[in-house]
Amino acid sequence: MDEITLTRRVLLVTAVGAAVLPACAGVKSREMPPPKPTGDGLIDLALTVNGEKKTLHIEPRVTLLDALRENLGLTGTKKGCDMGQCGACTVLIDGKRVNSCLQLAVQQEGRSITTIEGLARNGKLHAMQQAFIAHDAFQCGYCTPGQILSACALLQERKPADDDEIRERMSGNICRCGAYPNIVAAIKEAAS
Amino acid sequence: MRLFIFQRAQSVDEAVNAQGAFLAGGTSLVDLMKLEVLNPDKVVDITRIGLDKIQEEASGLRIGALATNTDVAEHPLVKQKLPALSEALLSGASPQLRNVATVGGNLLQRTRCAYYRDLGTRCNKREPGSGCDAIDGWTRMHAILGGSEQCIAAHPSDMCVALAALEAVVRVRSATGSDRDLPIAELHLLPGDHPEREFALQSAELITSVFVPATPLAAKSRYIKVRDRQAYAFALASCAAAVEIDGGVVKAARFALGGVGTKPWRVPQAEAMLTGQRADKAAFAKAAARALEGAQPRKHNAFKVELAKRAVVRALSLAAGVAT
Repeated sequence: MDEITLTRRVLLVTAVGAAVLPACAGVKSREMPPPKPTGDGLIDLALTVNGEKKTLHIEPRVTLLDALRENLGLTGTKKGCDMGQCGACTVLIDGKRVNSCLQLAVQQEGRSITTIEGLARNGKLHAMQQAFIAHDAFQCGYCTPGQILSACALLQERKPADDDEIRERMSGNICRCGAYPNIVAAIKEAAS
Repeated sequence: MRLFIFQRAQSVDEAVNAQGAFLAGGTSLVDLMKLEVLNPDKVVDITRIGLDKIQEEASGLRIGALATNTDVAEHPLVKQKLPALSEALLSGASPQLRNVATVGGNLLQRTRCAYYRDLGTRCNKREPGSGCDAIDGWTRMHAILGGSEQCIAAHPSDMCVALAALEAVVRVRSATGSDRDLPIAELHLLPGDHPEREFALQSAELITSVFVPATPLAAKSRYIKVRDRQAYAFALASCAAAVEIDGGVVKAARFALGGVGTKPWRVPQAEAMLTGQRADKAAFAKAAARALEGAQPRKHNAFKVELAKRAVVRALSLAAGVAT
């Protein structure tokens, strides 16, 4: 199986789904249609995600995070605190790192969104993804997509001078497993 | 989050006539809408109406209301002419939040009082007349200056503390299309008997820019923030200070406190005490004591009185180039 399409979700759902989850929550949840309209005021929306144009028909109150995960099936972006404090939902909007949980999807029309799914090129992982693997920069992996996108943006902004600067500038991404020393090491390697 | 009508404004005039809650970076409004603390019927996206320029004028910098915290903090002219503003912004939030949070939104940032954010408790700011569960509650993060029996919520902004010390002036557009200028000291209201009234703004008014005088004083300004952890935390106490010295004697001084007041806290009488004094820690400590006069600590925040005084002395020392 292709290494990149073998996601954590596919593994989890395949392993657990048959025994525990109802049929509707199986692998096919990735292709689930958007939620049915529940009232007036839905909005047609075109988003550019990982270079692809996506169209949505959603309530204006849907956050970018929920639109990515629930409507577009891009579950690599994680929902942690859902209030802008943990950084698990970090994506790039026009190249800048942003908490997608505090952005409304409807505000993003015409902007270019990059999620963790958009980092690999032609089946080859991004250098930051490789560095995270090389340095074992995660344990449970839940915060990792946000950490990696935040780290990519950090290097894009400017090269950090030292470890303290990396820590300060990565402070918007919390890792409850405490993989911080290895995250710093991975970013240092990717920076060099 | 409750349903709302969404409108994307294309111009400042369209925004002020839209009669809705202005949405820019979303870091306050979307957060509070999710908690259902704020429930606007209509939300007006103002991120595409310009207002994001930072421009040099004859006597200072004019910063557009939609310039992001990152844009302002990293701007070479801000770093050079208003270092306290850059330092204050960089001490606040995280890179992700600073990338979208705007100057206008930061000026109107809501309190982080846990009771304001929790619908299960009483809060006069959220629900006028309902009572305040903070006063006899967990008060460690609350204000010790400017509170009332109705509200002791601390003002959360770092940026506003720097802007208060730098005597910024906020420009506001009304629905009739006219502009007015408001000194920052007048923008934020004390809670008094009406903590729900937070700003000296009319409902349809939109902040379009803030002007910050680029004085010799401002060029030597600094910002100090004391918090529970080294990054990404709200202030327990903070201080923006600027000191102009001639031959070891203070010619002029400005400072403002954060984390301790119900609004960015400035005491002109304490600043005036410094004029003509030797620029040393003894003089700074006297001014700090004057600034904290009348402080009303609660059960869990008595430590803030001394902490704030030390923050003032530290910030003035740094700005004056006196050893800390």
